[in-house]
Amino acid sequence: MIPEFGHYALVLALCIAIIQGVLPLLGAHFGRRDWLVLARPAAQTVFLLLAIAFGILAWSFYVNDFSVLYVAEHSNSQLPVIYRLGAVWGGHEGSLLLWIFLLATWTILVSQLSKALDDFMVARVIGVLGLVTSGLLLFVLTTSNPFERLLPAAQDGRSLNPLLQDPGLVFHPPMLYMGYVGFSVAFAFAIASLLSGRLDAAWARWSRPWTTAAWVFLTLGIALGSWWAYYELGWGGWWFWDPVENASFIPWLVGTALLHSLAVTEKRGGFKSWTVLLAITAFSLSLLGTFLVRSGVLTSVHAFATDPRRGIFILIFLSLVVGSSLALYAWRAPKSSMGGKFSLSSRETFILLGNVFLVVSAGSVLLGTLYPLLIDALHLGKISVGPPYFNSVFVPIMVPLLVLMGVGPWTNWKQSNLLAIIKHLWLAGLVAVLAGIAIPLIMGQFTWLAGMGFMLAFWVIASGCMQVARQAKAGKPTRSFIGMQVAHLGIAVFVIGITMVGAYQEEKDVRMAAGDTVSVGGYQIQLQSVNNALGPNYRAMRGTFVLSKNGSNQISLYPEKRNYFSSTMPMTEAAIDAGLTRDIYVSLGEELGDQSWAVRVYYKPFVDWIWGGCLLMALGGVLAMSDKRYRLKLKSKFS
Amino acid sequence: MKAKFLIPLILFIGLVVFLAIGLNRDPHEVPSPLINKAAPVFEVSQLADANKTFSPVSMKGQVWVLNVWASWCVACREEHPVLVELAKSQVAPVVGLDYKDKREEALAMLARQGNPYVLSVFDGNGRVGIDYGVYGVPETYIIDKVGVIRFKHIGPLTMDLLNQKIYPMLTALKKS
Repeated sequence: MIPEFGHYALVLALCIAIIQGVLPLLGAHFGRRDWLVLARPAAQTVFLLLAIAFGILAWSFYVNDFSVLYVAEHSNSQLPVIYRLGAVWGGHEGSLLLWIFLLATWTILVSQLSKALDDFMVARVIGVLGLVTSGLLLFVLTTSNPFERLLPAAQDGRSLNPLLQDPGLVFHPPMLYMGYVGFSVAFAFAIASLLSGRLDAAWARWSRPWTTAAWVFLTLGIALGSWWAYYELGWGGWWFWDPVENASFIPWLVGTALLHSLAVTEKRGGFKSWTVLLAITAFSLSLLGTFLVRSGVLTSVHAFATDPRRGIFILIFLSLVVGSSLALYAWRAPKSSMGGKFSLSSRETFILLGNVFLVVSAGSVLLGTLYPLLIDALHLGKISVGPPYFNSVFVPIMVPLLVLMGVGPWTNWKQSNLLAIIKHLWLAGLVAVLAGIAIPLIMGQFTWLAGMGFMLAFWVIASGCMQVARQAKAGKPTRSFIGMQVAHLGIAVFVIGITMVGAYQEEKDVRMAAGDTVSVGGYQIQLQSVNNALGPNYRAMRGTFVLSKNGSNQISLYPEKRNYFSSTMPMTEAAIDAGLTRDIYVSLGEELGDQSWAVRVYYKPFVDWIWGGCLLMALGGVLAMSDKRYRLKLKSKFS
Repeated sequence: MKAKFLIPLILFIGLVVFLAIGLNRDPHEVPSPLINKAAPVFEVSQLADANKTFSPVSMKGQVWVLNVWASWCVACREEHPVLVELAKSQVAPVVGLDYKDKREEALAMLARQGNPYVLSVFDGNGRVGIDYGVYGVPETYIIDKVGVIRFKHIGPLTMDLLNQKIYPMLTALKKS
């Protein structure tokens, strides 16, 4: 009976979401106050109903209710509780429900935290979000109902894909979706301001913290996904340019452009129509990402079972949402006023340039992701695009972007003296060049690519340090200034990480018997034994390795090769000794007979800086969001 | 209304048209015009030894499997244990076609993950792939005793596919 309540809650949520989407928008248009006050209570009800539905699905997993088809397909009774909860979003239906639930969560946050905003604006924003919610709920109810029954009930479930049985999976999708879905708020603000014709600085100031929040979640979500792939897939890589990875990275790039463009709109009233377009684009790309992942038009390791009905529905939904938004944009944006004038050497110019590079890189990743599809649709043949394309196209666009990052923050709005800036920055340039030459030499081998990586990273760091020093002299720096510096530092740390791993990682594949030792990156790794081990739902061969550096600092590592009861594929569980300056990565391969095993070891210098950099970027976002001017100025403006 | 503000909408409509066409084409089942036709002949160097060449002609009289792979291909790693299984069964020899790859990286991957192939040929510029209509990596072909392509699968092989389709087909073809 309980799952039927969940289904019922979804139907009810759809009805109320339609009210939330239609009446407030009409009310704002016709000036009917009695209609637009419905926005908040409707949004709260939808949230409550979706929370109930989501809770019931989670409950069905918790109690192993295998009469629910979705539960039977993605869980089984031996699965540990934590993964049973993770399994709620381990498949198509559940992850869509999570998507919608998070959308309702953002909506309720907007409705609660917008007390200072005028009622018409709030009604429009909540209305737009309501329309998006209704569309997705209709999708779930017609093609992907998670509460569908399986009668008679299965004895036991099929279990979750072993790849996904990992703490990483429990947190990665919610974080990622929180980011994806979060761009809906910036989108709703953009549409609301286009509708009202009030495309002004106040709109930008309102959108900014919300956009930053979404961007922070997306950054963390992508980083978690990358980290999960690194330690769980057992391939030792951290990014594969897989279509699904790209689907999350493209909105990130556009979202980053949006953050910067919003700054211009807030401070200078400029770039209004461009900023609105970016806000629409960021959310459209999130929807497009959902389409690509859910419809199965692209093959990918992440692909869920495909169903053509779902693809058609999402495509129609995507066309309606994005098509009508862009039509509204074409109609209303030309009426927006131009911002203040600015000269060629001004912060506006630098942000615009940075925006161009970000959008072009997003476009090139999008092109690479969709290219096989486009070529096929044009009957020009069939092709495949892999990392060679992405690396050769994406990396060169990032180089000038990093150079700009070192200069941009020095410039003033409207007009600034480039010569004076260059006089300041020669020191940062010198540090960068020295680092670019010295670090590769210290690491033992100079390559141009490594030299360039370190040079760019230290250019950003040195320039940032000098800015902080200058700002500290001028007075207490604001939180948003510190946030910017921390986020930019994050980029530099990230670049150091990928440069180090790219240039200096060592990899060895060896045949080892008990007692054998292999050395990598100055470390010795000895295989002591390989034993049987039993997990809650798998049997494993577990290797015991001892890692040491010239006999000292002995650490034991236990990589495993697991056979899950519910799956025929053996899974490799690598053992990693992580450290600030290097990871040692050991994975156990096939048994080769006569007591020896194929073993793969990696020495990965500074690999954790990749994710550390992402954490810094996210932290920077949080700091910028918490700047008190958002609270103070808003109060004084609207009270 | 200024025309330049319409550009995003026009671009988007174009994208939707492509996506709509793409939706009607299942990437897993692109009908190959090559089914029941003679496998295109080629003669290219082997992966392990650039001085040796391989041609499908030398497989005449055998039922064999041609598997297109690459070291940069993520789905190939997922497929790899299935290929190892197929090789272990010794039902039919598996020849690899290393597609648009670098020799060192491809050899390193085989050394690392195990080599299910009796041999691999090296198709660095993708020329052989064009003849075979390679859509994406991995792809798998079954070629019969007289050199006719009898089956093509796009995307990673699975154990289910192996048991339900490939083994029965190979066994039947060997008897005929």
